[in-house]
Amino acid sequence: MGAGHAHRLYREGSSPVHRLPPHCKIAATFLFVLVVVSTPREAFAAFAGHAVLLGTVAVLARVPAGFLLKRLLIEVPFVGFAVLLPFVARGEQIEVLGLSLSVSGLWGAWNILVKGTLGVAASVLLASTTELRELLLGLQRLRMPPTLVQIASFMIRYMDVVSGEMRRMRIARESRGFETRGIRQWSVLAKSAGALFIRSYERGERVHLAMVSRGYAGTMPVIDAAVASRAQWARACALPAAALGVCLMGWLVP
Amino acid sequence: MHVPDGFIDAPVSVATGVVAAAGVAVALRGSRRELDDRTAPLAGLVAAFVFAAQMLNFPVAAGTSGHLLGGALAAILVGPWTGILCVSVVLLMQAVLFADGGLTALGVNITDMALVTVVVAYGLFRLLVKTLPRTRASVTAASFVAALVSVPASALAFTGFYALGGTTDVPMGTVAGAMVGVHVLIGLGEAAITALTVGAVVAVRPDLVYGARDLVAPLELRTAPAGNGTETKAA
Repeated sequence: MGAGHAHRLYREGSSPVHRLPPHCKIAATFLFVLVVVSTPREAFAAFAGHAVLLGTVAVLARVPAGFLLKRLLIEVPFVGFAVLLPFVARGEQIEVLGLSLSVSGLWGAWNILVKGTLGVAASVLLASTTELRELLLGLQRLRMPPTLVQIASFMIRYMDVVSGEMRRMRIARESRGFETRGIRQWSVLAKSAGALFIRSYERGERVHLAMVSRGYAGTMPVIDAAVASRAQWARACALPAAALGVCLMGWLVP
Repeated sequence: MHVPDGFIDAPVSVATGVVAAAGVAVALRGSRRELDDRTAPLAGLVAAFVFAAQMLNFPVAAGTSGHLLGGALAAILVGPWTGILCVSVVLLMQAVLFADGGLTALGVNITDMALVTVVVAYGLFRLLVKTLPRTRASVTAASFVAALVSVPASALAFTGFYALGGTTDVPMGTVAGAMVGVHVLIGLGEAAITALTVGAVVAVRPDLVYGARDLVAPLELRTAPAGNGTETKAA
């Protein structure tokens, strides 16, 4: 149980952003992304403004730019989709470098790229400044159903155990000369997946019995019922509020 | 394919968010009926399994590989309600921890990948299991078909959301055709892996396959014929 509890995205730190209560941060991130999504795509300056806001948060949280940029790679599959849009969309066409591209498709691609990137960057900042356990506590304080929070916390807690078992099965297969080359090996891999399911399910049963024997009756005790002060909410909501300002400018000043 | 922010406009994102929240709420109640206070640990462990199984790469050919999506598999193995919960929690955690899938697109992602996949897969699976002969082979066949259909169904649902709230004007017929075409191919892989995995579990622990519980022969009490000697030894 020692290692692997801090997830891969989290960066240890004690910056003002790290110290904010998790539910304020989650709410602020969500509101910020919502504002970004509602910003009109023609307002280039507004998106620059959003990016500057996120950059400020990153500097405050002492998250290095390289780390942030590397994490943005997660959206690469959708970039592929966005690149295709100018070719398939209908409407007015323009010539760019000898290619006939749709104007609305170009707008669509720009829209997805900029909003998607800002959204990913905001989520990455949230996850890199908030510990896993705190994130779950935050979700609970934002009134996510307790059972869902419990399921999520069990998933997080046992994610490394289950992937560890999967890794050991892979090593066992490979040490017996197994090599994955194509579809013919699927049956072996699927048997591993089946074994992994049985092991996970049985572990779940044992965990439940262990919990029952310690007095579990369907709810988890709330140990720290910390509340956020008004000042902390104000600090967290500075980001979406500023973004809302930028967004309104985008609507009013075309 | 996890939808990022900005792909679907704000009104449709909010509407699908409401649909997803309602679906998850219904699943929570249903799952409580299925598992009562075992819900949290079991669904949590199965969610961890789905998460890990998605990392298991199945080589296709020439260096390409696919991976399991797990909606149909989870529904068949642990039941539709718990399946919805597991896949939704996996999607939520992927969005919050790994920024895979946008926060505002969470409603779209949960609706098409958890709700539609599980409902279609489980409905079809139960229908087939009821009509096919009661054998292990038909459980495998039923999971193949259920997984095969669930993937393009999910893609079709996504295309529907895109038609309602897409941010670009693209010919919807073409998009629907392309999406379904590509996802039938993905679905074939998903179907093969799901069927093989369900087959492996049915062979070892048939009682753990929720969708085929009624196929398990009940344990019967057999009395050895008198004079065999096995019981009298103890006496």
